[in-house]
Amino acid sequence: MKNLLTLISGLLFGFGLLLSGMADPAKVQNFLDLFGTWDPSLAFVMGGAIAVTMPGFWLVIRRNKPFFNNVFHLPSRTDLDARLITGSAIFGVGWGLGGFCPGPAMTALPLAAEGTLIFVATMLTGMAASKYVLQRRDSRV
Amino acid sequence: METEFTPLLSLLGGGLIGASAVLLMATHGRIAGISGILSRMLPPASKDQSLPQGLIFIIGLLLAAPLWITINGQAPLQTVSNNLPLLALAGVLVGFGSVWGNGCTSGHGVCGISRLSSRSIFATLTFMSTGFVAVLLLRHVFES
Repeated sequence: MKNLLTLISGLLFGFGLLLSGMADPAKVQNFLDLFGTWDPSLAFVMGGAIAVTMPGFWLVIRRNKPFFNNVFHLPSRTDLDARLITGSAIFGVGWGLGGFCPGPAMTALPLAAEGTLIFVATMLTGMAASKYVLQRRDSRV
Repeated sequence: METEFTPLLSLLGGGLIGASAVLLMATHGRIAGISGILSRMLPPASKDQSLPQGLIFIIGLLLAAPLWITINGQAPLQTVSNNLPLLALAGVLVGFGSVWGNGCTSGHGVCGISRLSSRSIFATLTFMSTGFVAVLLLRHVFES
């Protein structure tokens, strides 16, 4: 049951991305192309997602604990540090250049466009590299 | 290249993404952040031990397109650039940046904003801005 619900979560997420057109990098880039072929669809995706997530989280988190876990793993930090800004800025540049972020890239992976395969390979490498640098940095402190 | 503005489908698809995030929170108490889920599966090993569930979630994500094709009888509309060096660079930046900045479009943009997290709101504004600049340079300044 636990595994099935997790699988359904992943499927729902992927279906949402496909239905909303977000697995198409051209549509994402067009959202960012205000002075060109602008397509505001992405704002509607975020709007729809937040409209469900905000009340949903509120209801769920009022419970003592999740169904299959002892605690809710919620980020508790509220400070804006340099790492958050630098990382997000770098992420945004890649997002604009490729039109892919991690969710859509994984969803589009089975469609096996050459560009998607390359993107996912270098994305996973970049993630591991980032993790490695962070761990080394933190272990030195 | 123009794409069709799809307010209704996008709103609906967004709703499904939200439902997925709420389901994952209700069952496992986890934020549906794809960069976080993916990076926890990658080396170097970290103390976070949600690996099997993360893997199952990603399998669900990977099964979505094949299932879509089975139901609809055709592949979803998609245009991927064939500028492979550019996509390779974009991948590195997305991977490195999302882990460095603790999240991507899903973790910060959907889940974080829904929790009214100041960090996530700030992160989302940051990556939207640099994404906008990147597309501006790519399409209107250097014009590939």
